[in-house]
Amino acid sequence: MSRRDDIAKILVIGSGPIIIGQACEFDYSGAQACKVLREDGYEVVLVNSNPATIMTDPELAHRTYVEPVTPEFVTKVIERERPQALLPTLGGQTGLNCAVALAECGVLDEHRVELIGAKLDVIKKGEDRKLFAEAMGRIGLDVPRSGYAYTLREAEDLARDLGFPAVVRPSFTLGGAGGGIAYNIEELRDIVTGGLALSPIGEVLIEESVIGWKEFEMEVMRDRKDNSVIVCSIENFDAMGVHTGDSITVAPAQTLTDREYQAMRNASLDIMREIGVETGGSNVQFAVDPITGRLVVIEMNPRVSRSSALASKATGFPIAKFAAKLAVGYTLDEIPNDITKKTPACFEPSIDYTVVKVPRWAFEKFPGTDITLTTKMKSVGEVMAIGRTFAEALGKAMRSLENGRAGLGADGHDVFDENKFDAMLATPTERRPYYIAEAFRRGRSVEEVHHLTHVDRWFLGQMRRAVEVETELAVEVEGASPAKDGPDEAVVRTTVEVDGLSILDAGRMRRAKQHGLSDPQIAYLIGSTEIEVRKRRLDLGVKPTFKAVDTCAAEFAAATPYNYKTYEEEDEVVSSAKPKVMILGAGPNRIGQGIEFDYCCVHAAYAFSDLGYETIMVNCNPETVSTDYDTSDRLYFEPLTFEDVMDIVEAESPEGVVVTFGGQTPLKLAHALEDADVPIMGTSPEAIDLAEDRRRFAEVLERLDIASPAAGTAKTHSEAVEVARRIGFPLLVRPSYVLGGRGMVIAYNEDYLERYMAEAAEISPEHPVLLDRFLEGAIEVDVDAVCDTESVYVGGVMEHIEEAGIHSGDSACCIPPFSLGEDTVERIVGHTRALALELGVCGLINIQFAVKDQSVYVLEVNPRASRTVPFVSKATGVALAKIAAEVMAGRKLVEMGLPPEGRDLGRFCVKEAVMPFGRFPGSDSVLGPEMKSTGEVMGVAADFPAAYAKSQLAIDYSLPKGGAAFISVCDRDKRAIMPVAKHLHTLGFELLSTRGTARTLRAAGVPVTEVLKVHEGRPNIVDAMKNGEVKLVINTPFGQETRSDGYHIRAAAIRYGITNITTLPAANAVVHAIEAACGDGRLEVVALQDFGGGLK
Amino acid sequence: MTDRPALLALEDGTFFTGRACGVMGESIGEVVFNTSMTGYQEVLSDPSYAGQIVTMTMPHIGNYGVNGADMESRGVFAAGLVVREMSELASNWRAEETMEAFLERHNVIAMEGVDTRRLTRHIREAGAMRAVISTEDLDPSSLAVKAAASPGLVGRDLVAEVGVCEAYRWGSEDSEGRIPVDTGILPVSPAYRVVAFDSGIKYNICRNLAEAGCDVVVVPPDTPSAKVMEYEPDGVFLANGPGDPAAVDYLYGTLRELIGSVPVFGICLGHQMLSLAVGCETYKLKYGHRGGNQPVKNLLTGRVEITSQNHGFCVDFGSIGPLIEEESGGLDHDPADIGAWASAGVAPVVRSERFGRVQLTHANLNDMTTEGIRLLDASAFSVQYHPEAAPGPQDSRYLFDAFTSMMDGRDDYLKECGCPVVTT
Repeated sequence: MSRRDDIAKILVIGSGPIIIGQACEFDYSGAQACKVLREDGYEVVLVNSNPATIMTDPELAHRTYVEPVTPEFVTKVIERERPQALLPTLGGQTGLNCAVALAECGVLDEHRVELIGAKLDVIKKGEDRKLFAEAMGRIGLDVPRSGYAYTLREAEDLARDLGFPAVVRPSFTLGGAGGGIAYNIEELRDIVTGGLALSPIGEVLIEESVIGWKEFEMEVMRDRKDNSVIVCSIENFDAMGVHTGDSITVAPAQTLTDREYQAMRNASLDIMREIGVETGGSNVQFAVDPITGRLVVIEMNPRVSRSSALASKATGFPIAKFAAKLAVGYTLDEIPNDITKKTPACFEPSIDYTVVKVPRWAFEKFPGTDITLTTKMKSVGEVMAIGRTFAEALGKAMRSLENGRAGLGADGHDVFDENKFDAMLATPTERRPYYIAEAFRRGRSVEEVHHLTHVDRWFLGQMRRAVEVETELAVEVEGASPAKDGPDEAVVRTTVEVDGLSILDAGRMRRAKQHGLSDPQIAYLIGSTEIEVRKRRLDLGVKPTFKAVDTCAAEFAAATPYNYKTYEEEDEVVSSAKPKVMILGAGPNRIGQGIEFDYCCVHAAYAFSDLGYETIMVNCNPETVSTDYDTSDRLYFEPLTFEDVMDIVEAESPEGVVVTFGGQTPLKLAHALEDADVPIMGTSPEAIDLAEDRRRFAEVLERLDIASPAAGTAKTHSEAVEVARRIGFPLLVRPSYVLGGRGMVIAYNEDYLERYMAEAAEISPEHPVLLDRFLEGAIEVDVDAVCDTESVYVGGVMEHIEEAGIHSGDSACCIPPFSLGEDTVERIVGHTRALALELGVCGLINIQFAVKDQSVYVLEVNPRASRTVPFVSKATGVALAKIAAEVMAGRKLVEMGLPPEGRDLGRFCVKEAVMPFGRFPGSDSVLGPEMKSTGEVMGVAADFPAAYAKSQLAIDYSLPKGGAAFISVCDRDKRAIMPVAKHLHTLGFELLSTRGTARTLRAAGVPVTEVLKVHEGRPNIVDAMKNGEVKLVINTPFGQETRSDGYHIRAAAIRYGITNITTLPAANAVVHAIEAACGDGRLEVVALQDFGGGLK
Repeated sequence: MTDRPALLALEDGTFFTGRACGVMGESIGEVVFNTSMTGYQEVLSDPSYAGQIVTMTMPHIGNYGVNGADMESRGVFAAGLVVREMSELASNWRAEETMEAFLERHNVIAMEGVDTRRLTRHIREAGAMRAVISTEDLDPSSLAVKAAASPGLVGRDLVAEVGVCEAYRWGSEDSEGRIPVDTGILPVSPAYRVVAFDSGIKYNICRNLAEAGCDVVVVPPDTPSAKVMEYEPDGVFLANGPGDPAAVDYLYGTLRELIGSVPVFGICLGHQMLSLAVGCETYKLKYGHRGGNQPVKNLLTGRVEITSQNHGFCVDFGSIGPLIEEESGGLDHDPADIGAWASAGVAPVVRSERFGRVQLTHANLNDMTTEGIRLLDASAFSVQYHPEAAPGPQDSRYLFDAFTSMMDGRDDYLKECGCPVVTT
């Protein structure tokens, strides 16, 4: 074995918070790496600011620093820990950029830290397009023609030379941020201006367009003996022009002959060698001209990536794990294949199924933004599905998306814009797959659709075939045709209900399932119900079979049960006799449901395993730790729908199914599963319901004498107005059915309420609107606790920084509370206990409170895992999810010897939300009751301002130490802004304000310079921002102003990367944080493992 | 789409139903699986599949259609094709026809809609076996009886059926007046004259030899050694081919006469010929190696090549003769224990009665079987796998340069060109 013994301590850099383009795939990779290095006897030091990760669990590394992934903080860690090596390739672009910065500023040399996995020159050659293009030239590979521009003028000249459309790529930005496709000179100017500003070196690449070409990716591994393998080939469904993170992708590649595939393979290996990737995994992207076959190299990433996580899940070949092994000297032939156990890792997986990945977007959260998919990634998550064929896998993926659809259309929810049908085919958006399927339903040809979409004919042919299968189901049923939405057709459907189902024979039923149609789709097509279809299907003997992902297409026996469902002859799954617990995962990451729930599911799996259960994980998100086959005893990579979950339940007969760890996705299945006699573990679905049923829950609160904001429900517009008058404004308005992408709002007056109801919300007896009194200015508090039905353990009380009205997921919060009185906290804890016991909770419970004028109100109770569980667990050192799982298995809290609740931790831990506004130009960046953040970071320090400062630095918000600060607040905040302004002035900031705020500040004796608002003429505040004269913006909006001055100021702040604060409490916290950041020694780094004694 | 039912029945009574996607009819052969994810056309046109019904583990077959340049021989030799799903549509800029048309033109019986993973797992557990594929007789028991009554591959010489009858020069017309669509790059001034026995030679071997600078004359498998020497060759090449190597005694008989007088390179069946010639025994693998992902370690360089493979028989290195310890790194492992040598990173040498020292040069890391040997007292080496790939990875193309290097008289031919970097 060639393990390196000259290294003992290795620093691993994580990727920080979940952002668009960098999600929990890096937790999956990093956790694998930490685990494998630790097992091999290395001392592992980890830096990652994201508390919701498995990798930052204190058991994974020896020394865990939940600190900002920035050169400044990592330097502090290096100084303290003195590692011999730094592994930079597992923390995404963030980790790699940080490592490059450390190497370039000499910190690594100074402390004799060796970069392992990828050397500095390799990273640069891979990342720097100029060096990369030169390298490709040396090995005779083709790249798109291009040139670099540093000014707008240069960019224009280049574009004229290369022709339009031209691709603009700013250098060194994440996930292609700031890039785009310019079809004309005007667009070019726009994109280049933004790109030059975003690029840390002020450089953009202007490139020949290969839009419409076929796109492929190869996942490559290489060891130090130059053994190299291709782990997986991936073919993009969407042609070039759509970021690969926003493309539907398919593995393995489907439309390459062996010659072309081998040419791409050879090119990939040559690139590894030429770039000099000594060990580890890389990803190479290619484009192929569909007419001539010309092959060009697009880019390579000399690190583990989103695609490599996908490739690992798609093949069963754990790239990150092996990359870590290779980095410490092992060679591929020395590492055994995890799945077969008998053959070596030095081979290329062969797969005998088809894998489809579909991205998940969240455009509804960002009204006003362009939904066209471009070279800039916009998706917030993804699903992966496995089927024997492409059609089957695509159908499964489309029903995994958690977007209310049961598959690729034909589910009763199809809505098409008839006037723009062809334009919708020609424009890549998240809706396009539905239009493609519909085009075939309408008899359009593969050629026509190919011409409009540039999607390869083969994929289209498969989709057309699936549509044919749909029509076969429906057409042969007498009198029934696929009904369009509308009351008339609905009537027709009910009349043929019986016929449709009974005529359906086993052959057509099987064919439908083999082409990926779900039971609900079949039900819709033949006019029946899901339950009836399922019954009929099983009566006909059309049962699913489970097959294994084994890396080798069944050539060798697999020792690791990683399974998927399909409709074939042979079922490979042999269910064991051990007691089993099935954990339902959280599905795709989206805003509001992210890595936090996966974290909880993983902890549940560990806990149940420790208790002697066999654990079964069901999930469809390839980025996660939960879908690592190492996490549970058995993994089913399946959609989280009733149909798919029931099929697994029937195959495995678990003792219990856990629905309360994976967020809304599994929770909404609870009832259907219970109705099907599936044993649900922990809190009963009935109790979950009770907490959600406003009327019944109000009775509970009354019984317990706990206050809540006045509330009402309205089924008509006039009722809403009545309720509003009774409760009084301001009101929090929540429609139960959303139109036009707008959810909750705060209404300050009747006028606005009526306008909103008319425009944005559907209101009817089926879709009532919920109205709550909005507690303006209240402090919001979150509590996470575990209850075993007899006693309650309160894990943490979190005080929010932003006041009530900002979604709790978007608000920063702190453990312990920094401003609440002891008696208030006591009352909150008391309410928590009473509610948990009254509801009969067995497991986790999360309660949101509001504190106003010394009164405590309950806002919401969720008897399930919450977004804050990982943060609380990291902050307090008590793994709540694990405890909850044990409780669900029957253990009692009193037996567990838990540390006392509310003990003095000796530190403050701040969680801050990370916003994706930079990705959605056109959408306002103001915080509100709709959650918009993608991830979170944690800052830990001895005092609150320092902890808050760390949380800001971890998100890459700069905490300016001086310069000009612009302050413009709404009238409500004028009084409270005075001390903040004064503080800034004391810290040496020059203050700028618009007229109104300036008057207030002058009155308070704070010197201020008045600037013009945007509509007041020029130069105005936005000009000052563009000129780089402003370092900090405090701009609080009021009410529902849109496209106002505030909007322009916030948009400019995002575009030019100026720290921008939109709430008063945050302004206060930031100013204290700036002071803390300026002070000496207040931002020292600390390892989780040292938390015991506190930091004071 | 009208379904034409088809049935595949194995000699042990196991059967698989599906739909016909080639011509109608019935065909008998040994059923084997191939795990390559690309290259179905190359597989079908590889003469080594004569007498075999091939199932592809890749579920989608036919996606990119078929084109003339990717043919590996003058036709299709496989006895049948079994797939999960056959594409109706051919999508590729080089596609000339759909698989359906191709199968029709080459008169191949094929079926789709089969749980090919079940079939593969069955072969893995029960071994490759005789089978019948039929669109005519749809009675499983009747077909199973036919399968069990068929001759099978052991002891069968299929080489004579697939080889050419008359010699031809690569790049010119073959004996039947055909020129391959794609001959590769022919050397302007060939440096080596190579006589290649056509025991079922794949065109890509000829292309690779030509690219390495060889002028290749392809001769029938029963060409006597004297006739071979009349070409005044710089080297002799032994090709891949179908069937039981032990039954092709005339070819390794000829080879025995050539070893020592001319450098020899063998691939697949050619490797088995060289092994048999030096007194090695061959045996049938349970289910063979067929695919493009098998790791093979070059014991002389320590490098692992990802290789293309297609063989059901294997040579037993341990059967050649006694170990020569002092030339085997001083280790005394059993020469048959390939795993021990592979992990020690040592290429053991044994003594063959007839030709002196024989070295194990390549080992399969999956199942530790013999993948390559060379003679130390004569110029000859051979590999079990397919350096010409087609289909499969091209990591081992260096072996064609090793052949020319050997013809140049160098001893270190296998070591010195260990870099598999190829860019096409």
